[in-house]
Amino acid sequence: MTEIRDDQYQSRRVQFLRTLSFGAIGVFALGLLWVGITILLDSDAVERIIVNIYDFIGLDAQADAIREAGLQDGITRAAIAIFALIVGVGGVWVVYTIFNRLIDVAPYKLQPHLRPWVFILPALLILVIYLIFPTIQTVILSFTEDGGFVENYSFVFTDPEMQIALRNNFLWLLLGTSGSVVIGLLFAVLVDRVRREAFAKTFVFLPLAISLVGASVIWRFVYVWRPEGSEQIGIINATLTAFGNEPVAFLQVQPWNNIFLIVIMIWLQTGFAMVVLSAALKGVSTEIIEAGRIDGASESQLFFKVVLPSIRGAIITVATTIFIAILKVFDIVFVMTGGRFETEVIANRMFAEMFKFRSFGRASALAVILMIVVLPIIIVNIRNLRRQGIES
Amino acid sequence: MSFASGRAPTAAVGKDLEPIRPSFFKRATSNIWVRATVFSIAVMWTIPTAGIFISSFREENAIKQSGWWTVFAHPFEASQWTLENYSEVLTSSGMLDAFLNSLLVTIPATVIPITIAAFAAYAFAWMKFPGRSLLFAIVIGLLVVPLQMTLVPLLRLYGDVGLTGTFLGVWLAHTGFGLPLAIYLLYNYMATLPKDIFESAAIDGANHFTTFTRLVLPLSFPALAAFAIFQFLWVWNDLLVALVFLGTGSETAVLTAQLNELVGSRGQDWHLLTAGAFVSMIVPLIVFLALQRFFVRGLLAGSVKG
Repeated sequence: MTEIRDDQYQSRRVQFLRTLSFGAIGVFALGLLWVGITILLDSDAVERIIVNIYDFIGLDAQADAIREAGLQDGITRAAIAIFALIVGVGGVWVVYTIFNRLIDVAPYKLQPHLRPWVFILPALLILVIYLIFPTIQTVILSFTEDGGFVENYSFVFTDPEMQIALRNNFLWLLLGTSGSVVIGLLFAVLVDRVRREAFAKTFVFLPLAISLVGASVIWRFVYVWRPEGSEQIGIINATLTAFGNEPVAFLQVQPWNNIFLIVIMIWLQTGFAMVVLSAALKGVSTEIIEAGRIDGASESQLFFKVVLPSIRGAIITVATTIFIAILKVFDIVFVMTGGRFETEVIANRMFAEMFKFRSFGRASALAVILMIVVLPIIIVNIRNLRRQGIES
Repeated sequence: MSFASGRAPTAAVGKDLEPIRPSFFKRATSNIWVRATVFSIAVMWTIPTAGIFISSFREENAIKQSGWWTVFAHPFEASQWTLENYSEVLTSSGMLDAFLNSLLVTIPATVIPITIAAFAAYAFAWMKFPGRSLLFAIVIGLLVVPLQMTLVPLLRLYGDVGLTGTFLGVWLAHTGFGLPLAIYLLYNYMATLPKDIFESAAIDGANHFTTFTRLVLPLSFPALAAFAIFQFLWVWNDLLVALVFLGTGSETAVLTAQLNELVGSRGQDWHLLTAGAFVSMIVPLIVFLALQRFFVRGLLAGSVKG
């Protein structure tokens, strides 16, 4: 009997010690995380810590030197970089592990009720702070700031510059989306018939990895304009002048400059359309096509009446995805023209309202307009993906 | 890990995983026009990048005096090639710092949302708690919010709490913007894992935390990889969020912001712009070439992001 009691006593003591040690580890780890975050927020902290370490291990001379001259830039940056990576990547895991350990030592019956919240609360917290709360606030701001609801929204639709922006956005959506989808589909259909298909596809697909800023620089170099008579270093103007034409300042001829900007987006997005549509084309049932052929359908009839309808879902997905990307296009206009020469678009204007004009009510109204346009499309996309089972 | 390979997602893109069969189009003759069209589109899509790439290795004066295509007349003349542009753009134009900053922003901004989303997705898929379906519906609903919707209030909030211009601030922002999509994708994947493994894990005495870290995370590798690549490239190539939350100061500017600065300040110095553009593209290009399959899947997954 005494043995058993001993055991019970022992296990209770072990339990207590475990709780204590987890608590201690938890407090320690959270403290470390806190230090890490403070350092991230204050770049001088690294310097102070290194000075303290030098002081501590007796390298007074070095510590004084750093105090006077400051750290070498490279060292500070490297230290911050390593620290940031450890805190950023490790910190999240530390938090989850600690809280789960704490649940392990909680009363057994409570555990199943508590643990889901450890899994889910960090996500909910971030969603509330970063999406739910700001979204509501933006709607309110668009109603209340600057001139209030009427003025902010009438600005969007009546301001002459905004009307140009709306016209341009419409052009972007129409030409950009259809251009990418049509060229992507054409290439997908044709590339199916040539040898080394994957190789040929890579060339069209590659721009997708490039940032909009990078693409803008690339195309700025394609569109380079020099006055007539001097050597043209942009490939298009060089071609034009070689055939005796005058060089064109592509970014300044209105309204065509919009189309030259849209070309950049088409160049980027065609690869996406091509890959998805090519995969869909390969999934078209050969039996149906065979049946159609036996019934005497011509090749073009087969394409428009059989193949195209069977890849309808993929076309919708591709078109809507590109549509949304284009609706929010900002980088290309920002880098290429900054919205001058009548190339303004909604997203760029919103950025300007925020940072140039400090007019938060108007910026908010523009954001609300963007969301209203995006809303139905995303809902269709979610439904569409669910039906096709393309989720992962 | 037979589950991981056993459940290849049947995405539209996943269809390229199916055995290749002779398609309708292959039977049609591959005539000269088809090949010519394919060839010319491929060439048209390559020329812009080729121009930048070749120019980035040419002398500053050479770029200004003749078109980049003229090098094909004498490609083996070694004196025209130089690495000077890269060393100049990396050091004096601050692209090396920007490169480091981009890494510093992108790695945590990819890992943090994945971790947080994976925990949440697991809870939504396999744990019981009150309000589960309502909360999940809210997460899905947040997919439609374009990040522009959040910029003004977040900018003010950041000003109040002192997060403007800090890496921590931009990580959290990217985490917030990427979270609904990540939860949605990971949930869809985790929910289809076979129920048996959870039961046997529970019988073996594993709690949810152990089950999650030891079983579910490794099994969910395809979905995690797809989202990781999507998020990595998205953050690396992003300009808007970086400009709003980090600004253009040399301490914190990322590659896209720095490249944009270069366009503004040295707009005609093509030897710097070409090299700079290539520096900013090199990581995404490597990721793209190495992980093409996940890349496509990730891109397609992004079609439900507002």
